[in-house]
Amino acid sequence: MKRLLYEVGESWKIAAAQMHSNMTRSALTALGVIIGIVAVTLMGTAIGGISTGFDKSMSIFGDDVLYVGQWPWKNVDDWWNYRDRKKIKTEYAEPLNRMIAATPDSNLVVAVPTSGLYRSVKYADNEVSNVLVRGTVSDYIITSTFDFMEGRFFNEVESRGGANVCVLGYDVADALFPSANPIDKSVLINGQPFNVIGVISRQGSFLGLFSLDSIVVMPLPAFQKYFSAKSDSDILVKVKDKTKLTEAKDELTGLMRRVRGLSPEQKDDFSINEQQALKSTLDPIKNSIAIAGLFITGLSLFVGAIGIMNITFVSVKERTKEIGTRKALGARRATILLQFLIESTALCLLGGFIGLSVAYLMCFGIGKAFPSFPIHFSFGLVLASMTVSVLTGLFSGFAPAWSASRLDPVTALRYE
Amino acid sequence: MGEEIVRALRGVSLQIQRNEYIAVMGPSGSGKSTLMNMLGCLDTPTSGRYQFNGRNVAEMNDDELAAIRNREIGFVFQTFNLLPRSNSLRNVELPLIYAGIDPETREERATQALVDVGLGDRLHHKPNELSGGQRQRVAVARALVTRPSIILADEPTGNLDSKTGEEIMALFEDLYYRGNTIILVTHERDIAAHARRTVHLRDGVIESDERGFVPRLESVAASYGRQ
Repeated sequence: MKRLLYEVGESWKIAAAQMHSNMTRSALTALGVIIGIVAVTLMGTAIGGISTGFDKSMSIFGDDVLYVGQWPWKNVDDWWNYRDRKKIKTEYAEPLNRMIAATPDSNLVVAVPTSGLYRSVKYADNEVSNVLVRGTVSDYIITSTFDFMEGRFFNEVESRGGANVCVLGYDVADALFPSANPIDKSVLINGQPFNVIGVISRQGSFLGLFSLDSIVVMPLPAFQKYFSAKSDSDILVKVKDKTKLTEAKDELTGLMRRVRGLSPEQKDDFSINEQQALKSTLDPIKNSIAIAGLFITGLSLFVGAIGIMNITFVSVKERTKEIGTRKALGARRATILLQFLIESTALCLLGGFIGLSVAYLMCFGIGKAFPSFPIHFSFGLVLASMTVSVLTGLFSGFAPAWSASRLDPVTALRYE
Repeated sequence: MGEEIVRALRGVSLQIQRNEYIAVMGPSGSGKSTLMNMLGCLDTPTSGRYQFNGRNVAEMNDDELAAIRNREIGFVFQTFNLLPRSNSLRNVELPLIYAGIDPETREERATQALVDVGLGDRLHHKPNELSGGQRQRVAVARALVTRPSIILADEPTGNLDSKTGEEIMALFEDLYYRGNTIILVTHERDIAAHARRTVHLRDGVIESDERGFVPRLESVAASYGRQ
């Protein structure tokens, strides 16, 4: 045991001396590992960032809101079963709310109808196209997670009366009113003037795919008056206690079946969706991206490991005579194996340490340049990449170290 | 500790006692190197026996052989075989590391061994800062430091000029008088003449085994003078 300790100590000294005397060679070899570790570490932080962004995007939907729609939020193979379903109508909200109010201890708070279409919005010479125009009621604010940057949401009176008022998303407000205050200005949607009463603060984008800020919200009656009634509609239902989501879902299913007038033997002709369902559909995609990313960057680390393996083979070859001498002086197979394993590991650790430092600086730089990108450089990542470095060293050093330990001392001593 | 009995090499039968000074001579291809490798436990005979301090070496595995080499045999090579980037002290300490000796004792014993070969003032010099003779002295110190049963020297003066070679031979003479067992492998008659017994090999067979050499007076006097 004690001998092992001394041998390990000796091996570290040899490794240090070896790196010191072959500075260029060691640096070039370590470079492969440095690049590998930088790639893997950055990919790790990027995946961490994507994951955080993903969860943030998900939270837009609210974990205490149920969405009644024609389609389920998951992949369906038999889509024709859903295609012929009746559309969800905004009128359902009224009977739903009546029934919720009539149920004692209901798990549901309120049902909110929404309808949406894509239209362009104009103010003076500025125009934004492809804006989601959404008609809803004043209770929409209860089911949503957004804050107001300026102004307010429309009240119940405006909501019921279908006043020509609207609330702008951040991007729309920013594009139409680059310098002016949009409140009380009149924007044109489909040629109709709407008075701006509020601006929603920035929401970001959903998974980086489409902006959640390119939106205009208006009272439902106004929406129905000026836009096609053929637009897609949803009913949002706020849940009282999010730990009882399943019960709430069952209750809402019962209510919807009554609204639709389904007999007990008929199947549901609507879908009740929730954030969780979307998440479980999208999580595998997120995970595949993570696995693919780590695999590809892992390849560069593998190339680095091959470099280390190669140089360790060269080192064993060059020092054949030294190995013979050491064996003559009493080094056992394990001693030689350990010595070369430690040499390759030391090289990988050095590469890992430098790589990690470079990755840290790059993360720091990216964080400064793009503050919105959620980058995560955690202690766990440091630990993981150091472990990976050591494993790379052991992996790449094993074959050469093994061949060194197996050398016949007579042959090794005679080697020139 | 008993005797060292050797039986090896195509019917070769050889017995070496403690505190013998023996030279193995022979032209190349005579089996001299093979014999040396056997004696040094670097190689094991394919058949036959090699009894070392009462143990049969032929039956040992690699790690047991390594342990025997570490404790019982001190090698001195023609090409010195020092680690080029380590200083004298570290070179001499190496077998003690493999023996599992603690750092303080290691340094103490290595220093003593270097002082014994007359290099007390060269402890921290690297091999490239030493002369050929000094390098071979470091190698001798390394061979001595584990207090082995045998010092096995393979052409120890082959890479040295004759004057330096004589110095090294004087060192061996000294070691012999201090009770060490020395086996010298050489093809030079002058060098072999230092030994007390000379074994001539030819074609893997012992041609002659002569004893009764009278040492040169001055080296005996030098050795006695030091004691």
